Amino acid sequence: MIAVGMVLIVIGLFFLVVAAVGMVRLPDVYSRSHALSITDSLGALFLLVGLAVYQGLNMTSLRIFGVLVLIYLLNPVTAHATVRAAYRAGVKPWNGGGDKS
Amino acid sequence: MSPFLLSVMVAIVALVGVYLYRVLRGPTVFDRVLGLNGVATKAIILLVLIGTVYGRVDMFVDIATGYALLNLVGALAIAKYLEGRWEV
Repeated sequence: MIAVGMVLIVIGLFFLVVAAVGMVRLPDVYSRSHALSITDSLGALFLLVGLAVYQGLNMTSLRIFGVLVLIYLLNPVTAHATVRAAYRAGVKPWNGGGDKS
Repeated sequence: MSPFLLSVMVAIVALVGVYLYRVLRGPTVFDRVLGLNGVATKAIILLVLIGTVYGRVDMFVDIATGYALLNLVGALAIAKYLEGRWEV
């Protein structure tokens, strides 16, 4: 049981590292929100399920799943609101780095 | 305290440093808001992790829930405030 939890936690940590690399390397606020909202939620899924398995399945792990449901409800909402505000404020999308429009 | 959970906590704190780079260097203000959202998600995971380390998950899960709701309210308020301004 503890070994399964460890494997799940390491997989979640890998996805969190991928999200951080995308946050640094991607060129645009829109693509950065893509990396943050999708990959970060996947990493949180693996990490929290891994923690619930690691400490033994009981009523407390059910509440950890409640936190997970909350993350999955709130993370897309905040990412969507931020990107919509950026679009309405006139942030230009990345056009490939060249001068072509 | 198991060394595995301690190393996972250190790794997540290092990832928070990576996000703070984006918060400091963001070209627009929306990059900074996105970076703070990422830091908030890491803080939620870190709270549940601290609860697992100390064996008091039932208490720390409530703090994590409150932090998630507070982060939603703050992020939505900042986004709605910046949406009204038409210059970055």
